[in-house]
Parts: sequence; structure tokens; C-alpha cells
Amino acid sequence: MISFILRRILYTVPIMLGVSLVCFALVHISPGDPLVSILPPDASVELQQQMMAIYGFDRSYPEQFLRWLGRAVQGDLGNSIATGRPVASEVFNAVGNTLILAVTATIIGFTLGGLFGFVAGYFRDSWIDKLATAISVIGVSVPHYWLGMVMVIIFSVELRWLPATGAGPGGSSQWIWDWEHMQYLILPAITMSVIPMGIVARTVRALVADILQQEFVSGLRAKGLLDRGVLAHVIKNAAPTALAVMGLQLGYLLGGSILIETVFSWPGTGFLLGQAIFQRDLPLLQGTILVLAMFFVILNLLVDVAQTSLDPRLQRG
Amino acid sequence: MTPLPSQSDTPLVRVHDLSVRFAGTPPVHAVNNVSFDLAPGEVLGILGESGSGKSVTLKTLLRLLPERKTRITGTIEVDGQDVLSLQGRALADHRGGVASMIFQDPSLALDPVYTIGQQIAETVIRHEGASKTDAMARALEMLELVRIPSARRRLDNYPHEMSGGMRQRAMIALALACRPKLLLADEPTTALDATVQIQILLLLRDLQQELGMGVIFVTHDIGVAVEVSDRLAVMYAGSFVETGSVRDVIRDARHPYSKGLLAANLVGAVPGTRLDAVPGAPPALSALPEGCSFAPRCAHAEAACSASPIPVWTGGDGRWARCVQASRAEAMAGAGGRS
Repeated sequence: MISFILRRILYTVPIMLGVSLVCFALVHISPGDPLVSILPPDASVELQQQMMAIYGFDRSYPEQFLRWLGRAVQGDLGNSIATGRPVASEVFNAVGNTLILAVTATIIGFTLGGLFGFVAGYFRDSWIDKLATAISVIGVSVPHYWLGMVMVIIFSVELRWLPATGAGPGGSSQWIWDWEHMQYLILPAITMSVIPMGIVARTVRALVADILQQEFVSGLRAKGLLDRGVLAHVIKNAAPTALAVMGLQLGYLLGGSILIETVFSWPGTGFLLGQAIFQRDLPLLQGTILVLAMFFVILNLLVDVAQTSLDPRLQRG
Repeated sequence: MTPLPSQSDTPLVRVHDLSVRFAGTPPVHAVNNVSFDLAPGEVLGILGESGSGKSVTLKTLLRLLPERKTRITGTIEVDGQDVLSLQGRALADHRGGVASMIFQDPSLALDPVYTIGQQIAETVIRHEGASKTDAMARALEMLELVRIPSARRRLDNYPHEMSGGMRQRAMIALALACRPKLLLADEPTTALDATVQIQILLLLRDLQQELGMGVIFVTHDIGVAVEVSDRLAVMYAGSFVETGSVRDVIRDARHPYSKGLLAANLVGAVPGTRLDAVPGAPPALSALPEGCSFAPRCAHAEAACSASPIPVWTGGDGRWARCVQASRAEAMAGAGGRS
């Protein structure tokens, strides 16, 4: 098991390298001059070249990549072109905010999704199954930015129960888990939880229904296990696959949702990414994408390890 | 119908007029008016081709069929308990405690993500309230009983890490862990290699003699049935058509279907000649013919065969066969003076 984990960690090194290369290249193959947005339209050629030198755009691509990578490893992602502030701290702030939102949405989505899915699969073809399936299909199909706007209209504009946008009085850097802040979290978190809820519910339903069809469940009943004993076996059999799906969903949520964070002006990574794209802020864009990609790689690693420790058939394969 | 009389006064299993219907359009008559007794320590082999209702009969004894879609009538008593009235915890106590089951394919019937030791120990904990350590000790004891080599190491194996024969041994160990009085074996050798089949059969026979439990052994293989059983019941289209001691049925089968099964056996067949297979296929259980279900395939069928009820021929020692001709032959023999 330990050798498996070490090997799996080793595998992530080339993946991370590849990811960083793609991050770097993506930005450079996109058309347009990155300095256009901060230079005055009538800037002299001299000034342009001076700025190019400051940001290092005058060197060759491999050199730029290595310098950028070297600094990135040390935690220096350069400075934002638009604000001049270090990208690392901007991304760090945004990641914190996205984490708050994503983890809350995850807890809501996975709990409800797992519950709906399990009940639906266990009582397959009953009315409760049809209800749970309907909810999850709606969850997956409804565009979530639209749902976000509808929720804002209902709960903020009409009912005036909850604030429509922002992350509370402390802003992006000073989050506190009190009502004053949490009321800003409720609408975006619920909106964000709807898709993972639907996907998890459908996955778990299919898994549980499939497992209950298998002969070993008869075997468990035949040896006299009570329903709760059989249930424990079903959960352990469903866990590896369910976990993989959940890990992937968590990855998507951690990446932040540009749409949801924009609708609710939530200062997370999605919001930041949107800003960076519209302002052609290359260092910020690179840094944000890189950090998000690393999150995904690490998360996949964790899911793999968890899955392997749960399913003995994967271990020695 | 005449049930098998048993050697002792209180049979371990008493099945009377058991019928099982599966809901559907049309409903499937999987088991029809089956009655039999099983004495403690007796081995009954139920012989029949696929779809004859033998597995369903077995599963009914543990009430393993999906409740919503199944209608069971008749009575089943195991060890004095009315099995069909058991509910909840009492039913769970019956399963694995009084009666337990070996399945056809152990690679499907064992939980893939639990070790063999855990799966056996779980049963012991459930039925005897044993501690984890004691239950594991029992699991080890059971693996040794079924002669699994290096049993201690095998405790921590998952089913996929064992060979087919080893898995079936583990399944047997699991079934016997709580010393049931009745063991139900559902074609336990069908999914195995021929050489392994024999080992498992011998093991089952030895364990049966050692532990003295009653066994109902379901198979489509006459050779297997003869090897392990005291009595045979031949099943066709959901009904018993003939029963008796193994010797009597093998030597002197009375029902044409039993005769056909015996004739279709490979042992003693002349190479190069066609086997005497029973022609045709069994009737659909959703549309059983009136009278004898075997009549459409029977070479000796006559008008009387499609009228209910079919007369039952009875011989000594619990023998009977439900067949028009067997009964008539006996009547004629009786009229002509017994030899």
C-alpha cells in the first residue's frame, strides 16, 4: 500500500510538469499583445520595449518558461499586470473564498445526492425512486447561472431575506463563520450544489440498484444478516465508485464556477479567472490556471489512494 | 400426494403442498404442489434440468425470493418452525442459523470487498453474539475444517485472490460456521472444473457424515446426485415426478422422465452412437399443460395423460411416481399376482 502511494505520488510529477507547460503555452498561443491593456494607445516603441523587458516577454519561450517555472516553484507567480499586486496573493485570497463556497456546496450536494441516490436505488421503481430521480434530473439539467438569477430574484429582490451579491462586510480577505457573512454564502452555495447533487444522486442510484441485483446480496441475507448489516455491505461496495465521482465533482467545484461567482460577485477563483481573461492579465491568468490545475492533480491523487484502500481488487492490480 | 416417510418420527424438514408463483402476465408457476420430508442427517438430492424449479424450491426454504413478486402457498416446517410465518429478526435467525445455503457460483455469492475471514466472522457474530476475536478464531477453525491449506493466511484473502475450488470451500465454511441443522446446496459443483467438482463432493459428503446435518442437494447431474444423496427426487416443470431411495430410482425408474434422464447419461454410452437425449424442451412455466406436464415430450403419452389428476404409483420405502402408465403397470401386476 505504501509503495503504491509513493509510486502514485511520483506519477504526479510528470503530470504537473505537463500541466504547467500547457498553462504557460496556452497564454502565449492566444492572440494579442499582453501589454496592450496597460499601455496607453499612443505609447512609444521605446516604452513598449521597456515594459516587455520588465515582464520578461522579450526573452525566448523556453527561457521564459524555465524562469516562470523556477519562480512558480518558489511561490512567486509574478505580478498582475492590471493591479501590479503579486499574483500569488491574489490567487491565494481567491482560492480561500472558493474553498469556502465549494466545500459548503460539496457538503450540501454530496449529502443530499448520496441520500437521494441511495434511497432511490434501494427502493427502485417505487414512487420515492421516481421523485428522487426527477429531482436529480432537474438538478443536472437546469442551467445554474439561470437558477442563481432566479434565486436572487426570489430571495433577495422579492422576499428580501438574503443579500444578492458579494462575500460580506469583511470582503474577500477576512471571512468569519458568523451569520453576517454566512448569509452571503447561502444562495451561491445552494446554486452551486445542485449539479453535483444531481450527478452524485444518479451515480449512487445506479450503483446501489446494481449491487442489490448481485448474488452476493442473496448470500448476505442467506447467512442471516439483518437489513442494516446488508446495508453496510452495499455501502462499502458502492463507496469506491461513488468516491471517484465525488472527487471529480469536488475538483470542478474547487476550480470555482465563473458563472456562479460572476452572478453572485463572489470573489473566488472563477471570478478572478473571468477578470483576468477580460483584462488580458496574462500573469494572473497563468497563475490562477496553474494553481487550479495543481488542485485537480492532488485531488485525483487523494481519490486514487482512497479508492484503492477501499477496494481490495484495485490494490494488487 | 404421498410425502416421503422418514426414518425418525420428527422430520427436520416438512414441506407440504408447496407452490410458488411469480407475479407477471401471465404468472409463472415455478413450483407446483411439492411435498416432502427430510429426516435429520438425511441427504435428499433434487434432480432436474434448468428451469425445473429446483433452485426456487431451495430458495423458498430460506425465503430468499423477492417478497413483492412472489406468492408462496403450502407449508414449510424446518426444525419445528413454520418458515413461511417468520418475520424480521426471527427470519434472519433461521437463515444461517438453522438452515444455510451454498450457492452455485462462489465468485458471485461472496462479497468481493470483504475478506473471507470477515465474512465468516460476521455470521458468527450475528448468530452467536461472539466477540470479534472469538469469531475470527471460529473462522479459522472452519477454514481448517474444509481443508483449506495455510488457512490462517487465507483468512485475510479476498474472494478474488482464491481459486474457484478454494472459494467454494470458503463458501462451505461460511455456510457451516454456525452449525446449521440443514444445509441447502444449490448446484455447488456446477461452476467448478471436473477434478475440483469431485473434491468438493467428497468434502461435502465427509462433512455431512461428520456433522450429521440434513442436506438438500440440488443438481442437474445424475452422477453428482447419486454420489451424495440417500434419496432422490426427480423434478420436472415445478413438480416432483418421482422419489425414492437412490438405489431404487437408479435401478428401477418408473417415470418416463426419470428413465430418460438415466438414459441420457454418458456413463456406459457406446462411442459413435447417438445418446438417448430426452426429446423436446420443458414447457413454459407460465403455460403448463393440463394433466402430466411431461406428456408432450413423452414417447408413451396417451389420452389419459392430459387429464388431472394424474394417478400416483406407490412402492415400498417411500417410493412413488406420478405417471398414468406406472400406476397401470402396477395394477396389472397386482391383478396377476405379485412376484
